Amino acid sequence: MRVRLRNPDREVEVPGDRTVRAVLDELGVNPDTVLVIRAGELLTREVRLGDVDEIEVRPVISGGSR
Amino acid sequence: MRCRRCRAAAVIEIRRNNAAYCKTCFVQVFREHVKRTIERHDMVAAGDRILVAVSGGKDSLALWDVLLDLGHDATGLYLGLGIGAYSGRSREVVQGFAAARGAALVEVDLERDYGFDIPTAGARGARSTCAVCGLSKRYVFNRAALEGGFDVVATGHNLDDEAATLLGNTLRWQTEYIARQAPVLPAKEGLVKKVKPLHRLSELETAAYAFLRGIDYVVEECPLVAGNTQLRYKEAMNAIEAGSPGTKAQFFLGYLERGMPLFATADDVDLRPCERCGQPTTGRFCAFCRARAQALGERIDALVEDGEVVGELADEVLPAEIYGRTG
Repeated sequence: MRVRLRNPDREVEVPGDRTVRAVLDELGVNPDTVLVIRAGELLTREVRLGDVDEIEVRPVISGGSR
Repeated sequence: MRCRRCRAAAVIEIRRNNAAYCKTCFVQVFREHVKRTIERHDMVAAGDRILVAVSGGKDSLALWDVLLDLGHDATGLYLGLGIGAYSGRSREVVQGFAAARGAALVEVDLERDYGFDIPTAGARGARSTCAVCGLSKRYVFNRAALEGGFDVVATGHNLDDEAATLLGNTLRWQTEYIARQAPVLPAKEGLVKKVKPLHRLSELETAAYAFLRGIDYVVEECPLVAGNTQLRYKEAMNAIEAGSPGTKAQFFLGYLERGMPLFATADDVDLRPCERCGQPTTGRFCAFCRARAQALGERIDALVEDGEVVGELADEVLPAEIYGRTG
């Protein structure tokens, strides 16, 4: 499956047929710091992903002066 | 995973509350939460005109969206920082939101209105880029609100912002700033009332709300933010939170309930008008006028005054959160 990561933008291929939580673990991403999006829908950590899925892992952290 | 309210399939999980929600219920819960926060802290009075500081990011647009939906008189304020394509995209997003919602928008541009931009000020001045950006925002928000006759300035600071700032302030024992880290700062001596209606909501929640509402926001991070102190504090807090969900909320909300009174006497500064622009400050010239003079290569004779150097150093290490300190 294809994962689009942001800031900086890049894409990686990882094995599917497992949960969002497992994919984020492999990528070293804290699930509380990202939105996981598939086909315009938010996914919780328990959702199972398929081999041909494409997801976006979008950080929610903003830095700098506010 | 099921929605806590309606048992439909959940789309967002809030681990610190051991809760999950479907799209419809989450949006509703978010709005209700902001409404309660505004009421609990008397953030907005009936008939108040609110100026919402909007950057184009998820937090400020989510806030503007909720305020409009709650029926408030909420005008957006966009400040052009001159950070290349990033600022261009931010401006487009804010203008697009205002047009879609039929909301009023005030635009201020540092280059057009004050003769400098943030990259130049960061390169030429004594402060870090984030510090001069932060003080410019605080200055412009207050001045625009005063000049526009607004009653209150609302910003999109969220729980993660507040917890990270409190961590930074505590690590340095900046008691004066700790004392001012309140969700409401009342109006005084040329300073408009400032409120932070999202201070109890995490970044995950504000991002989820913006996404679920279909708000087009700037996902890209500011290109100048790399290595920013605030980001490092957030990462540290997130590492703790991952093992102990709720720590961030306990830290910041616990401070508001039990810690802030202990620091009350530290927030006791005398303000007077800046001799150049008239905005309130603790010295002869405000920090914005000093930073602007540095960016423009002008001389301003207060630059080397001891008392003001202290203020500049404090701004340097605390870029995010010093509402009361416009000087």
